[in-house]
Amino acid sequence: MLWPRLARALLAKPLTDPAVAAPAETVAALAERLAATARARLGRSLAIREVDSGSCNGCELEVNALQNVAYDLERFGLRFVASPKHADVLLVTGPACRNMAEAMERALACTPEPRWVVAAGDCAVDGGVFKASYATHGGVGAVLPVDLLIPGCPPSPAQLLEGLLALLEAEAEPRKK
Amino acid sequence: MSAVSLIRAGAPQGARPFERHLLGPEAWSRLPQALAADPSLALLALWAEPGMVHAAFLDEAAGAPLLASVPAEGGRYAALSPARPGAIRFERMIRDLWGLVAEGAVDLRPWLDHGRWPVMGPMSASPAPMPGAEPPQPAFLPAEGEGIHQIPVGPIHAGVIEPGHFRFHIQGEVVVRLEARLGYKHKGTLSLMLGKSPRAAAAFAARLSGDSTVAHGWAFAAAAEAALGLAVPPRAVALRALMAELERIHNHLNDWGFVCNDAAFAFPHARCGLLREGVLRACQAAFGHRLMMDRVLPGGVATDLAPDGAAAILAALAAVEAEVPALMRIYESHASLQDRVVGTGFLDPAHAQAFAAGGFVGRASGRRFDARFMPGYAPYDLLAPPVAVEAGGDVDARVRVRVAELRNSVMLARRLLAELPEGATMAPLPEGGGEGTALIEGFRGECLAWMRLDDGGLIRGVFLRDPSWLQWPLLEAAIEGNIVADFPLCNKSFNCSYSGVDL
Ligand code: SF4
Repeated sequence: MLWPRLARALLAKPLTDPAVAAPAETVAALAERLAATARARLGRSLAIREVDSGSCNGCELEVNALQNVAYDLERFGLRFVASPKHADVLLVTGPACRNMAEAMERALACTPEPRWVVAAGDCAVDGGVFKASYATHGGVGAVLPVDLLIPGCPPSPAQLLEGLLALLEAEAEPRKK
Repeated sequence: MSAVSLIRAGAPQGARPFERHLLGPEAWSRLPQALAADPSLALLALWAEPGMVHAAFLDEAAGAPLLASVPAEGGRYAALSPARPGAIRFERMIRDLWGLVAEGAVDLRPWLDHGRWPVMGPMSASPAPMPGAEPPQPAFLPAEGEGIHQIPVGPIHAGVIEPGHFRFHIQGEVVVRLEARLGYKHKGTLSLMLGKSPRAAAAFAARLSGDSTVAHGWAFAAAAEAALGLAVPPRAVALRALMAELERIHNHLNDWGFVCNDAAFAFPHARCGLLREGVLRACQAAFGHRLMMDRVLPGGVATDLAPDGAAAILAALAAVEAEVPALMRIYESHASLQDRVVGTGFLDPAHAQAFAAGGFVGRASGRRFDARFMPGYAPYDLLAPPVAVEAGGDVDARVRVRVAELRNSVMLARRLLAELPEGATMAPLPEGGGEGTALIEGFRGECLAWMRLDDGGLIRGVFLRDPSWLQWPLLEAAIEGNIVADFPLCNKSFNCSYSGVDL
């Protein structure tokens, strides 16, 4: 049952959507933050560690969807890794919950430099609807040094992809004028 | 006196549609003993307001919820946990949020409060500032025996999942005891809802647990409507049910794929992911949001079905329906996969009953409870789909219940679309106050919402109870005796919400 299906899938056209383009402005802003040495070290591939700092889990659903065959993240050289020690990017979702702050700091301390910190989702950007609570510090930026904000509640896989591709673009060799 | 008559003897408080009875401390203190003698009264939730503790029960014989309250004199009330193990975590949570202590409780270690908030008892009448001390180390229940050692896991996990800490006591490969420590995602959701109108607070219900945004949004809206005595237009009722079934479908697909993936069998995961993506895109086309967040509001629904929405949904449903039987055959016919799921993570039906576990966790261990039919609500009173129940109690049984529900939901969504009533999708909220409760069946189980509105229509008391409250403790029972390597599989087969219980 499985083999004929796999064989048919091999012959059929791909199920993956065409790539989205990274917004040029974001790329330029990110490129400015990156030293030339860091650019050489990061190269054209990024290992991403997702850290949930207290989301409603809506953002996780969309980050997971990013890995389905329609978006096929790995074709861009982007992949999720199991430990911050293997990561170039911390992709943080949710408001900065006070009960998670220490774990967030420890995850950052384990992530080798050069690295990016991305705050994904309205909660991560500024605390979203939870910003006024006694239990949060507000957005992720209150605890970690954030490089890129991806708004949305939750951001769609296409929006997440746009942001992550901007990181890759920023790492490309700067064009000669 | 039976527990039900003990509660009914308390003064009725005018809550709708399920009455709440106010008991004196003396009558309440007789409740644990009466509950122990009467297993048919299931505990659904326990929560508080400043100085007052509330409990929601399900009278399984009558098929109706029943609420009871007691004033917490001197900040104390009699614990229900000696008679209902499901009460343990609620009692710990009540102490952390409202500062009320359950006397005679089985366990009074902190739960949500990790010692990192600026205040103690943040929802009590007068929260005390937290002494700026080093947060205390958590204490875990011990396990003793030769060669037993601990594995701490989390709060940050290896996959893209929510944070929580799991403390394993293991002997060789085998789990002797698992204890979860949650609360990392506590966002103060309930406190943010106080003083707001139901309309303004609906955004918080929609964000209690994002994967159940429709179900919690609906429960919250229905509780507000019950409090205000508002009837929702029939078209809005049907659209809510349509969204709830789509939510059930996309979550069941997701978790079925992940269970296979956690057994290192990638094909169903890839296919389920694609089918689910189709459903989410149809939701986007039909309702303007992939997860349908903020689409259910008190009074009705925020958006009517888009003109080409029905066609998009039908196409996604057709793709799901066409492929699920083949995926099921693949799931059933691969020994390497079956070997991992059959017999793994067995949940004893007696435990499921004792904790009143709802959803597929309860139904895969023989507990035939689905809030769509008991107590039941519109439009399911007219639809009457079959309830899928399995007796196996293992990972496989939970998968089978979910696949059966997936198929039922496809059928239900089609019927809802075919018979969609015409008319308005939103009714204005009347002025005034009241108290209401609602139970809405989400993909995980029944979502309970309770609220009390003052005469100005603002929220004075509120509680949202995710079904995971009664399922998380059972994961600890189900994993006992399994190998550590099967934990991800068992965990995914339960897929409890972290955010939903962390509040
Ligand atoms: S941004 Fe929205 S979806 Fe993401 S965690 Fe916050 S409330 Fe949930």
